[in-house]
Amino acid sequence: MASDMMSGIAHEPGVRKPDPILVVDSLRRSFGGLKAVDVDHLEIQRGTITSLIGPNGAGKTTLFNLLTGFDKPENGSWHLNGGDLVGIASFRVARKGVVRTFQLTKSLSRLTVLENMLVAAKDQIGESFWGALFGRWRAIEAVNEARAVEALERFGMAHMAGEYAGSLSGGQRKLLEMARALMVDPEVIMLDEPMAGVNPALTQTLLGHISSLRDEGKTIVFVEHDMDVVQEISQWVVVMSQGRVIAEGPPLSIAKNHEVIDAYLGLHHGEKP
Amino acid sequence: MDIVKILIDAGRAAVGVPAAAYALSAMGLNLQFGYTGLLNFGHVASMLVGAYGMAITVDRGGPLWLGVIVGILFALILGLLLGIPTLRLRADYLAIVTIATGEILRLVARSSWAAPVTKGIFGIQRFADDFFALNPIPGGLYGIGRFRFDERTVWVMMLGWGLVGLTVLFMWKLTRSPWGRAIRAIRDDEDAALSLGKNVFAYKLQSLMVGGAIGALAGMFLAIDQQNVTPDAYLPLLTFYAFTIVILGGPGTLIGPITGSMIFWFLFEFIGGLMSAIIVDLEAISVLDATDVGPIRFALFGFGLMWLMIFRPQGIFGKKEEMLIDG
Repeated sequence: MASDMMSGIAHEPGVRKPDPILVVDSLRRSFGGLKAVDVDHLEIQRGTITSLIGPNGAGKTTLFNLLTGFDKPENGSWHLNGGDLVGIASFRVARKGVVRTFQLTKSLSRLTVLENMLVAAKDQIGESFWGALFGRWRAIEAVNEARAVEALERFGMAHMAGEYAGSLSGGQRKLLEMARALMVDPEVIMLDEPMAGVNPALTQTLLGHISSLRDEGKTIVFVEHDMDVVQEISQWVVVMSQGRVIAEGPPLSIAKNHEVIDAYLGLHHGEKP
Repeated sequence: MDIVKILIDAGRAAVGVPAAAYALSAMGLNLQFGYTGLLNFGHVASMLVGAYGMAITVDRGGPLWLGVIVGILFALILGLLLGIPTLRLRADYLAIVTIATGEILRLVARSSWAAPVTKGIFGIQRFADDFFALNPIPGGLYGIGRFRFDERTVWVMMLGWGLVGLTVLFMWKLTRSPWGRAIRAIRDDEDAALSLGKNVFAYKLQSLMVGGAIGALAGMFLAIDQQNVTPDAYLPLLTFYAFTIVILGGPGTLIGPITGSMIFWFLFEFIGGLMSAIIVDLEAISVLDATDVGPIRFALFGFGLMWLMIFRPQGIFGKKEEMLIDG
């Protein structure tokens, strides 16, 4: 059904979507002379899994950083549900419902797995200084804890709740990071290479979790290199190269797109396109 | 050589006034460094502004209680002024700015320019008479055998350890709360905390200010005991004593700073007493005389701390698992 939503949309960069949750306009960011991101128009369809692919240095992570407030562009605008996100601090972007993960997993290593989950919960009055001293935060904490345990169970990590996150394996940290992002109750989850360095069995587990999040109505944008993974899971693929969006479309059309093949393999890889 | 006397003197130091003062000071630093990961190398500055804020207020005719409030306010303002420009930058910038600030404040306090207010290098004396006038304890010595204190010291110790107790309660409430969890998350990874919607800058600023206010309490308490504030009492060394105590006790633990301070002063006094006995009383090492006791005490003390860091890097109360986890 999610893919039905995407049928009838032209396969071209910057194409309009029926119900976009994120809209990006004329976004530019350069480092020195290098244009890291130079996107004229990009829309992310609500409730789908959109893959962001492209060769190394294409600007995928920079785009993530810009959209989540971790970096500032030279110019451009971007909106969430029609609301302006320009100049909004990263932590406020998260509170508005866009949560991102990092290429290098960032587990809070000297917090336990459960604490990692609880710290991500929103609207805990005990997180303010005066609330911590005088607020009645324990009732909220109990509700959050129930939610956290439920999410940990879903990701198969409930038995590790009391362990330090720093003692987890790389794959378990990826799972924890994803579970933790859910505690923020986001609308959009932006995953920066969630499969990097993960064994094939766990890749399948992670893919299953990502699909089920989509089925619950979350919008997922993720950066990935493996075309097989992209084919399997995403409804829409956005291809970046040298900061620009060079192609958009459903996975099958992208795989046949000459520009994409050129971007990945270089222009002179054999026969003329 | 009377080893019992040396041990008793060291025991007196472990519960004495400096131990209480440094326990308090280290608790402030522990909030900043142990829980939030802020490298504040100018903790002495908050002790200085606290002590001076109090002394100047009393010197200008104000009551002591008002002086205490002024001292705490000064420390909060110092934290705010230091934090706003530096806390958005990387951790090392805070370290550089704070160590310089401590020295700048000390040099300003001793300058002739500020002398009309700070009384220059001679400082301000006898501002805590009100406190000593309240002493309900009759004159005499209290304790067992040689382990005894006079009524003045007992009164000051009651204040000091009372403050330590209240601060422990305060820290317990604060660090066991979601607020405490958020600052520990920031210590572990700022970007992760940001991505989860935590206002990292505000938390760091709060931690710096509150830790500074606790440092100011320690500074005021030391000043009350000595009835004296002079600029050159606030050398950067005081910050490093506090760091030593925090690390000794275990950073990010509730009572680590207290046990750290007690062990610190016990060892400090014990090594001093022992060296003094060996070098001066026994004349056991012919090339050394009484003037060498001080430096050797520091050298051996440093050696002891190195030994502790090698065999118990997490501090006395720190958790070994936490230490084994990379960054």
